[in-house]
Amino acid sequence: MSSEKKIRVVVAKPGLNSHDRGAKIVARAFRDAGMEVIYTGLRQTPEQIVETALQEDVDVIALSILSGAHLALFPKIMELLERKGLDDVLVFAGGIIPKEDVPNLKKMGIAEVFGPGTRTDTLVKFIRENVRKRK
Amino acid sequence: MSDEQSLSKITKEREKWEKTTVPSWLRRNPERKGEFKTTSGINIKRLYTPEDVKNLDYLRDLGFPGQFPFTRSLHATMYRGRLWTMRQFSGFGTAEQTNKRFRYLLKEGETGLSVAFDYPTIMGRDSDDPMCNGEVGICGVAVSSLKDMEILFDGIPLDKVTTSMTINGPASMLLAMYIAIGDKQGVPRGKLGGTTQNDMLKEFYAQKLCIFPPKPSVKLVVDIIEYCAKHLPKWNPVSISGYHIREAGSNAVQELAFTLADGITYVESTLERGLKVDDFAPRLSFFFAAHNNFFEEIAKFRAARRLWAKIMKERFKAKDPRSLWMRMHVQTSGCTLTAQQPVNNVVRVALQSLAAVLGGTQSLHTNSLDETLALPSEEAVTVALRTQQIIAHESGVVDTVDPLSGSYCVEALTNEMEERAMDYINKIDDMGGVIAAIENGFLQKEIADSAYKYQQEIDNKERILVGVNDYTVEEDWVPLKILRIAPDVEAEQLARLQKVKRERNNARVKKVLDKLHGAADRDENLMPTIIEAVKSYATLGEITNVFRSVFGEYQELIVI
Repeated sequence: MSSEKKIRVVVAKPGLNSHDRGAKIVARAFRDAGMEVIYTGLRQTPEQIVETALQEDVDVIALSILSGAHLALFPKIMELLERKGLDDVLVFAGGIIPKEDVPNLKKMGIAEVFGPGTRTDTLVKFIRENVRKRK
Repeated sequence: MSDEQSLSKITKEREKWEKTTVPSWLRRNPERKGEFKTTSGINIKRLYTPEDVKNLDYLRDLGFPGQFPFTRSLHATMYRGRLWTMRQFSGFGTAEQTNKRFRYLLKEGETGLSVAFDYPTIMGRDSDDPMCNGEVGICGVAVSSLKDMEILFDGIPLDKVTTSMTINGPASMLLAMYIAIGDKQGVPRGKLGGTTQNDMLKEFYAQKLCIFPPKPSVKLVVDIIEYCAKHLPKWNPVSISGYHIREAGSNAVQELAFTLADGITYVESTLERGLKVDDFAPRLSFFFAAHNNFFEEIAKFRAARRLWAKIMKERFKAKDPRSLWMRMHVQTSGCTLTAQQPVNNVVRVALQSLAAVLGGTQSLHTNSLDETLALPSEEAVTVALRTQQIIAHESGVVDTVDPLSGSYCVEALTNEMEERAMDYINKIDDMGGVIAAIENGFLQKEIADSAYKYQQEIDNKERILVGVNDYTVEEDWVPLKILRIAPDVEAEQLARLQKVKRERNNARVKKVLDKLHGAADRDENLMPTIIEAVKSYATLGEITNVFRSVFGEYQELIVI
């Protein structure tokens, strides 16, 4: 067994939209890559997502959103994470997010935004390279 | 020479061809892949011959257009008479903005309306619900009360257009509002034409916009079917939808099978209510996706018609020929569109639309090239509509009925689709039906597995997506101007909702909501009371909350 601890990821669906095809695919891809994956299910409030991240002691939060509500919901998630002392958790997003919104999202601490057509191994690589190192 | 003799001669010649011509050609020109498969994993042969359709009986399996088993088409002359309905799904922002888009589309030659509601409306929540912050008017139009609906249909005569409403959980509330508008316009209810999607079963395992648990959800579906059978003879109370099953990741066979299994469940549930099959079956309608694999899709549509006709005739003993009709709406497949080089999507949509037309659809929505980025802009939706018009008026494919019939390949695939779908339907029956297959996670797992497999094929480049995993470019050559919803939409909508709540007769609203609670408790058909409630300007959220308190709320079964 590897001495390295498994990376723990929560795949979260904020907002009311129900398109979970992408979220489920990346959840499975992360699991197949040897990570511990927690999938929240649909329609999670920012509070619920941050609570899950805290309870599950995760290293990564992968947010999937296709409803266009990212500018309303992401700032709340980032603010709550900071308040709970989880600001070293790697947060990134995927879904239908217009390019011109990306600089704003990055400014609030979203590490990267991936659009449709992204390969799953690109995401795995991104996590491995950017996740905080565990003691 | 008898058919059998000629067939054995063909077999002999084909075997000879495979031993001589093929290997000598293959030596210098190997095939590109070891095997060629459809999205459903059906193996596509190098060549189809009369041998592949040797069991096909023309009169039994194909028949004539407008006759059982309707493989060739529902209607005798098909598009030589009337073209399909060109119906573009649209809705965004406020009711005023969507009303303007509706009028624009009608002016440009669209022949039917199709309303996209925003997520709050779809989930039965008012725009001022705290869960809805940031979602109001974003993915569709916000409708919280009859007031919004009045603005949405302002100046649109309901006796002249038909309207399709993509609404499921709160379908009865939105239909009630449409009826109320019709009443105001003085249109007799018998003249109201259109469709409520109202297909809750697929929500539980595919689209996942659920409010109430499965059983009360189906009760509400049947309420609408029953009400329409008695009062709205031109309304399609339900649009049994494979589209969302496909978009969630299923393959073509699963889409076909699960949709028909849902249809069977609605027929059974309505029969249990005490209706006779021929009193409601003619108004059941269907909705499929048109995905990329051209012949597989055409075969799917043809097989769907034949299979449903057989099910209605043999399983449910329907007598009225219209009960055997599978009238279908088709939408090109959103999940096949790419964010990369989005102009290429116009070509994808054109091919998918052609498959839908060659498959004999009654109604078609073509996706816009920018839909992986946002809701369609006016320019993009116009190209999408023009695509249908070009197929209709320039290609000539509409001039004869079911032109691909008799193709060894298409007929063999049609048979294969039907057989494979029937295997699934039998499996679901053995499990105890669709609700059981939802509760044990079977349907969710089937779809998730197919979705993952499809993605792996793309990641491994077994499946080429132009512009995504091959033929890629650094910078797209046409920057698209995408539609953005103005940030003041939410505030405008909240102000209107507050005004409605202030100005209506709140004592009357409370009384009718109490009455609704009682009717739900007593398991009555809720449509008449819902109509009364919306006319009193009770909001969507208020009505949904009454039902939540009686029916409970659905908790998602998470299957990865």
